[in-house]
Amino acid sequence: MIIHHPILGPRDAQEFVYLGDESLIDRPDGMSAGIEEFHDYAYNRTNPAGEHRELWYHEQGDRSWLVVTRNTVTHEITKVELARDVARAKGRTK
Amino acid sequence: MANLHALTALGAREAAVITVGPLTITERFDVALASVAARRGRMADLAKAAKAAGLPLPDPARWQGGTPYSAFWTVPEMWLVEAPFASHELIEGMLKAALDDAASVTEQTDAWVALDLAAPDLAPLLERLCNVDFRAVADGYATRTMIEHLGCYLIKHGAGAVRLYGPRSSAKSLVHAIELAAHSAW
Amino acid sequence: MSQSHRIDAKVGGGQIDRTKTLGFTFDGVGYQGHPGDTLASALLANGVRLMGRSFKYHRPRGPISSGSEEPNALVELRTGGRQEPNTRATVAELFDGLEAKSQNRWPSLRFDAMGINDKLSPFFAAGFYYKTFMWPKAFWEKLYEPIIRRAAGLGSVTREEDPDEYEKGFLHCDLLVIGAGPAGLIAALTAGRAGARVVLADEDFRMGGRLNAETFAVGGKSGADWAAGVVAELASLPNVRLMVRTTVIGAFDHGIYGAVERVSDHLAVPIAGKPRQVLWRIYSKRAILAAGAIERPIAFENNDRPGIMMAGALRAYANRWGVKAGERVAVFTNNDDGLRTAADLKAKGVDVVAVVDSRQGEEVIDTKGKLGLTQITIRDKAGRTRTVGVDALGVSGGWNPNVNVHSHHRSRPVWNDEIAAFVPGADGPAGLLVAGAAAGGLSTHAALKSGAEAARAAVEALGKQAPYSLPVAEDAPTKVSPLWFVHHGKGRAWIDQQNDVTVKDVKLAKQENFTSVEHLKRYTTLGMATDQGKTGNVIGLAVMAELTGRSIPETGTTIYRPPYTPVAMGTLAGRSRGKEFKPFRLTPSHQWASEQGAFFVEVGMWMRTQWVPKAGETEWRQSVDREVLATRKSVGICDVTTLGKIDIQGTDAGAFLDKVYANTFSTLAVGKCRYGLMLREDGMVFDDGTTARMGQNEYVMTTTTANAVTVFRHLEFCRQCLWPDMDVQLISTTEAWAQFSVAGPNARKLLEKVVDQDISDAAFPYMGAGNITVGGLRARLFRISFSGELAYEIAVPTRYGDALLREMLAKGAEFDPVVYGTEALGVMRIEKGHVAGGELNGQSTALNMGLGKMVSKKKDSIGMVLSQREGMVEENGYRLVGVKPVDPKAKLVAGSHFLEKGAAPVAANDGGWLTSKVYSPHLGCEIALGYLKGGDKKIGTRMRAVNLVGGLDTEVEIISQHMFDPEGERLRG
Repeated sequence: MIIHHPILGPRDAQEFVYLGDESLIDRPDGMSAGIEEFHDYAYNRTNPAGEHRELWYHEQGDRSWLVVTRNTVTHEITKVELARDVARAKGRTK
Repeated sequence: MANLHALTALGAREAAVITVGPLTITERFDVALASVAARRGRMADLAKAAKAAGLPLPDPARWQGGTPYSAFWTVPEMWLVEAPFASHELIEGMLKAALDDAASVTEQTDAWVALDLAAPDLAPLLERLCNVDFRAVADGYATRTMIEHLGCYLIKHGAGAVRLYGPRSSAKSLVHAIELAAHSAW
Repeated sequence: MSQSHRIDAKVGGGQIDRTKTLGFTFDGVGYQGHPGDTLASALLANGVRLMGRSFKYHRPRGPISSGSEEPNALVELRTGGRQEPNTRATVAELFDGLEAKSQNRWPSLRFDAMGINDKLSPFFAAGFYYKTFMWPKAFWEKLYEPIIRRAAGLGSVTREEDPDEYEKGFLHCDLLVIGAGPAGLIAALTAGRAGARVVLADEDFRMGGRLNAETFAVGGKSGADWAAGVVAELASLPNVRLMVRTTVIGAFDHGIYGAVERVSDHLAVPIAGKPRQVLWRIYSKRAILAAGAIERPIAFENNDRPGIMMAGALRAYANRWGVKAGERVAVFTNNDDGLRTAADLKAKGVDVVAVVDSRQGEEVIDTKGKLGLTQITIRDKAGRTRTVGVDALGVSGGWNPNVNVHSHHRSRPVWNDEIAAFVPGADGPAGLLVAGAAAGGLSTHAALKSGAEAARAAVEALGKQAPYSLPVAEDAPTKVSPLWFVHHGKGRAWIDQQNDVTVKDVKLAKQENFTSVEHLKRYTTLGMATDQGKTGNVIGLAVMAELTGRSIPETGTTIYRPPYTPVAMGTLAGRSRGKEFKPFRLTPSHQWASEQGAFFVEVGMWMRTQWVPKAGETEWRQSVDREVLATRKSVGICDVTTLGKIDIQGTDAGAFLDKVYANTFSTLAVGKCRYGLMLREDGMVFDDGTTARMGQNEYVMTTTTANAVTVFRHLEFCRQCLWPDMDVQLISTTEAWAQFSVAGPNARKLLEKVVDQDISDAAFPYMGAGNITVGGLRARLFRISFSGELAYEIAVPTRYGDALLREMLAKGAEFDPVVYGTEALGVMRIEKGHVAGGELNGQSTALNMGLGKMVSKKKDSIGMVLSQREGMVEENGYRLVGVKPVDPKAKLVAGSHFLEKGAAPVAANDGGWLTSKVYSPHLGCEIALGYLKGGDKKIGTRMRAVNLVGGLDTEVEIISQHMFDPEGERLRG
């Protein structure tokens, strides 16, 4: 597969490491959330046949974490964003 | 007082020069390296200090030459800086002094083996080593790429001139891979 | 040997170089051929039709095609380590000295004992395995399978190592053109002239495709000459790369194609330094599949005898290779293309004795000839039969567009009534266009037009104009009238010759209701093995359609997957084999250790010193025990460069470490270091190491050797995805510093001889860290211990590592320092009760390790919450304990399970397991660490360590994990 890196353009997926669902960005705060909420965060995922927003790490590249919107059936990639931007848009800071 | 000798990445007192057909691989033991990363929200301060220090901070996927410092982009808001080893063995301290708290600076000199590849046209060699579209990219292109499982930085200085930075501990494996590919390419 | 079947050069020279003669052998018999020959064309030129035995019935077989679709003529090429089975003689390029052997026969090709299978054919019908070898179950592995494997098979594999090199490479282009027939050539030319970067790949060693096998004109000259002219122009364009002997094996995602270039297969031995084959990964913006079409057979009784081949192949051998496959030839066709064979052969002076055209109501219904065709039986329109003596028969059942690569993303081909064949569907790989016969345009004009059109569309999509003009070429329709099998008799009529699938087998499949194409394939093995049904698939499913009364579109078709043709395993491995399987990482002390004859162990890619034998030591334990005792008695040095080192800087560096470590680092004083425990979010221990604070905003983290990469990746995840606004910068410094552990009572005294600063206990206390100098050289010192001894880790820039080690050994000689390896390191850490690989198994918590108190609840950190889950804080959960045998001479084995005395060795009684074990020279016995349920309450009790695999059942005493110097007095000394 080819991932169109927002900074570096088209790069071979071989350079990346796949992690999983984008929702891994949505980590609860450990000082306020309990075990149930963390359990959902760590284990519960949707597993769509179709569009999926997923985390890829450009390990053999610029070390950017990316959010890749990919169709799991056709492998078509429709959007690639820097995960840091996505995290900030979700309100994550420090 | 200790007086320690240095060994090159290929394990010798002197830097190696290896030729295979039209290819010359020159181990560069005279390059000091450090990483420079902008502290959060301090890019403008870093740019100013870098300019004063003669340190270029090129765009993504680019290398830029300068005196005494050259640099190439590696990570968003992070660069690897090259300087002559003889004058800049203490590159980390020199850059820290120049950039103050606008940047995080880390010694990288011995993290890498530096190899200069030279041949009339390096494309037939590089297409056997990595997925860089060498013919298409412009001079000054700098990228990380995998060569025989090793994460390397490749800088194109011309159709026949490339600087490679590979993991120092695997210098022998890297050179071996280049030699094998050279035998095949030419 | 004379080439008895070579056509006179004056009549038809073909594209072979008759001025040069090549010698080769087949089953030990010497023959001659010419450059430009394939093994098949050269054998046919020598009158050899019989080239193999069939898979199941061991029927005598000859080639039916002249290309890579060949199901029959599979041979073993070469000898020794280069021997390769299942090679198609039809595409094996002849070279001087080639040695080929037939396969799947014993004792000889002409007399094959397993030919008895042919007589027993009723027992070998489809579904035979499934029905016959069901029972008894135990017979399968021991009896049935070995017999079947020997009897029904393809070639044999050499036991010798392949001496050749294989390589991988990467190509980039605007347009990849697959196939260099008329469509592919004009596509490449159109795009090439427009300035696009073009790769043109063809599996043949000569470009031109069918044009090399035909006699009609293109642009006023012979098709072969026109092709040669185009190839010459393409070769002159710097933006075009011509790749002969290159098979595109698969279409992968987003314009990536795999291709195998056979660099050296046409040579006896590769040129020194050159690979045998290269596996190319081709990145394309657009691609055109111009793979042509494959002629299909008609099934009739005994249609598999050597001498019966596709009509197109018969004339290809005549036109391209100057070979007449027989002296007296007949043609059986259901379309006009078959008639070309008759015409071309006549023009070459071959005696064409019958043209049987099913459209005229005539059919071939049977044949004779034990080891090769001697006679055919023809039935005319009126039902009268006659026999004709022939030694070759060309059969044409029509042409199937070669849709193979187009269906690699599961695109279903669609039926086209006009050519009575499947053509590519609409949902092929993105960016892949299909042109020429592959798209169903079977005339030369149609191929040229669609090739040029496809190139224009591809190039225009990339923003360039691509005008073209077409040479004049034939545009005749094939006028095919489908005929799949001849309705006659009770004998066998072959559909898939490679798998010995006959019309009867399809009937049986239908009878047993395996009527879907996917079931048909599995039940009969139609379309399996090396040819993947390139000739047989369509006719097989057409027969099923006819038998079930459904249309072919209703019946459907199976699709293809990569690779297009078989690929040698070595090609897929590339250079990654043997010692070059992966690169090595060498430590700074590697040279010194090599000089001492040290043993090395691979840890990831690192080569670490395992132990360093001294003269007279013959057994590893002697060296390891000595290294341990000498370290604990005086001082030992160990290269610990391999531990991951990550430089963490920024104003939030401390806060960041608080997030990623279970314990607290923001409060660590500058100039100090601390043991850190890193959890995964699920609460399990991820990694551990010592992290030092080198400045207010500057830390150096160490990781285990094994996890250096994954920890770094995790830190980047935390930095970018979880806390994106933290001011933290990361970079690995693992390779930048040569780092040595100096441990033992004399560690400080030794280091004092080397370093420039005061490192007394007062000036450099336990867990101190800082920048120092060694003879003026910048260095780092950490007072940390993994061995339980007074210990330091000293680091210098890597280039000085070798010198530092030699310096320490020389200057500290009075302390008799020893260099120890990973074995002694392991002994000392286990004696001391430190966790490592066996304990950091990804399934253990801090509590399990006895480190539960390290998980701070006062701050949020990765894994903190889930580490408190019910199942992970069990009162009687696993706890790390020390173990020693009651009998000091008894042996322990890591992986043994804890059992109470008298308890049966069953899962219900399992108390835990031994994670690591060593021999402790201090305790004089083997010792181990282990996870034991409720272990913290069982210290001082006795249990059993049971290893059923090793037959060990040892009584052990459960002791504290801190088996050596439990009070830690030595390391603070």
